[in-house]
Amino acid sequence: MTQIIGTWIAAGLTLAIFSFLYKDNPFYKVAEHLYVGVSAAYAVLYAWANDVYPMLVEPMFLGRGAVTTADRWILLVPLLFGLMMLARWVPRIAWLSRWSIALTVGIAAGLGITGQIQGILLPQVAGTLVPLTSANNVLMVAGVIATLVYFYFSIAQKGAVKVGSRLGMVFIMVAFGASFGYTVMARISLLIGRLQFLVFDWLHVVK
Amino acid sequence: MNRIALGAIALVLTAGLAGAAPEAPPAAPPGEASAAGLTAVDTPNDEGRSITVTWARSPRDIGDAAVFKGYQILRADHADGPFAEVGFVIGGKTEFRDNVAEGAAHWYRVRAVAGSDSSETGTAGPVRASAQWFDAGRSNVLIVTVLLAFLMIWYIERAKKGEELFIRKIHGLDAIDEAVGRSTELGKPVLFSFGLGEIKDIVTVAALSILRQVAVRCAQHGTELLVPNWDPLVMAAAQETIQQAYSEPGRPDLYKEGNVSFLTSDQFGYAAGVDGMMIRQKPGAVFFMGYFYAEALLMSETGHSVGAIQIAGTTAVTQLPFFIASCDYTLIGEEMLAASCYLKRDPQLLGSIKGEDFVKAILIVGFAALAVVGTAGALLAGAGRPWLSGVFQAIIQWFVTA
Repeated sequence: MTQIIGTWIAAGLTLAIFSFLYKDNPFYKVAEHLYVGVSAAYAVLYAWANDVYPMLVEPMFLGRGAVTTADRWILLVPLLFGLMMLARWVPRIAWLSRWSIALTVGIAAGLGITGQIQGILLPQVAGTLVPLTSANNVLMVAGVIATLVYFYFSIAQKGAVKVGSRLGMVFIMVAFGASFGYTVMARISLLIGRLQFLVFDWLHVVK
Repeated sequence: MNRIALGAIALVLTAGLAGAAPEAPPAAPPGEASAAGLTAVDTPNDEGRSITVTWARSPRDIGDAAVFKGYQILRADHADGPFAEVGFVIGGKTEFRDNVAEGAAHWYRVRAVAGSDSSETGTAGPVRASAQWFDAGRSNVLIVTVLLAFLMIWYIERAKKGEELFIRKIHGLDAIDEAVGRSTELGKPVLFSFGLGEIKDIVTVAALSILRQVAVRCAQHGTELLVPNWDPLVMAAAQETIQQAYSEPGRPDLYKEGNVSFLTSDQFGYAAGVDGMMIRQKPGAVFFMGYFYAEALLMSETGHSVGAIQIAGTTAVTQLPFFIASCDYTLIGEEMLAASCYLKRDPQLLGSIKGEDFVKAILIVGFAALAVVGTAGALLAGAGRPWLSGVFQAIIQWFVTA
């Protein structure tokens, strides 16, 4: 019985969301607000249950898990920065939250430098170093060089640079076209999945 | 039959695994020990949490799982045992990485298992896991990072000294003024979305610079600016940015904190919320700046349906085609990062762009030159002279990260 009720609610909400294809209407508004509200509440609970409680409250205040006194002192740091974020609720000390944001951005930027070099730059350079012994290799090397010219910002796009830049744009657009078609196919499969739910699980038209 | 099989395994292990020495000599250096084919060493370039055990492959290990099951890795805390199984690898593999605590001494044996028969090697040990300060396998990353940092700092210092650094015009940026102006004429608000970018994403930081420019224009024209957010930290940063931007033209009174709101951290919940805002408030201009996933097309199509001028910018390669198809202007990848430098004209940002461009120049020349070297190497290798091809392969290997 519970499953039947759940299926009817899911089918009703799916149709309410689909009704947006016609125009904005009360059914869509209900589904939209329900979706936004439920997902926001879920996100808050998820953060509490998976981050704050097991990683801060349990080891620091309840003494659970293998934590030493040194660990508890270290946990004061995220606790402090977390509380500083909450200072946004008090206008007089709202500026304290900037420290937390600055710390997050700073750490991410620092880690990102080596991460990008190791994970993206060097592997791509290694992948581009190929002998020009096939049409594929020629296209790849030419495409990479032309695209790099397009993204060269500190010289004016005139003469040979302009030609290289245009060629780079052609390569970029061909790549985007392929990506577009591939992703559209993936989206169609998502639509098919939703329609299958309505036809098979809800209406039982096809068994 | 079993005795014959056991005997065969024992012979194999005697020849290939155990070798002549049943135990490692006591004088073995800390962190490494071996017993003929069996070796146990502290895993190099790690944080001191593992020991790598290797052994010679058994001749009975011929890829048939029905005949040869695999190798049991046994560990003890004393030379004379007791040894307990800490891992099992299938036939064909001759290496196992054992996760251990740093500093404790361990002894290892490997037991080859063929059907119901088995035989052990001698003992390798003692060996201790220890942490290394530097990961030698990533020295290439260090060299490239130092080179990049040097170039960035070099150009930033030149920019700080007042040197004029040229940044070419970026198409789409001029449209910011046009879009905000049109919204003002129509009496409609402007909507700005960061997508699903987090505050730690560089693209979100760049989007904040563009938001500042949009907010200044909105404040000058007295146009309402709506910024629905997916990430609470980005929302906080956006509130700070807009508040400051509104003060620049002397209109802090126009700033409404409620217009920079948190919707939800759910991808499609966020898309549904933004779509609803667009349908009901009908913005005259919509900016999609940040990192986007599948929600990109859902939102930009809705923006298009309400007749808004749409300007997008993202480094999400898979979503750029959708923005190009549905928006009036799109900043592609690094164009967006350069746009923030172009708008702010900050010496540090301009210097960093110049430094990046220098690296691109090196890459362009390098790719062209090495393509010639690689081609010549392939031709020479075909003529029986593989030395240049070897050099080319060595260069490629240098860029391969551990």
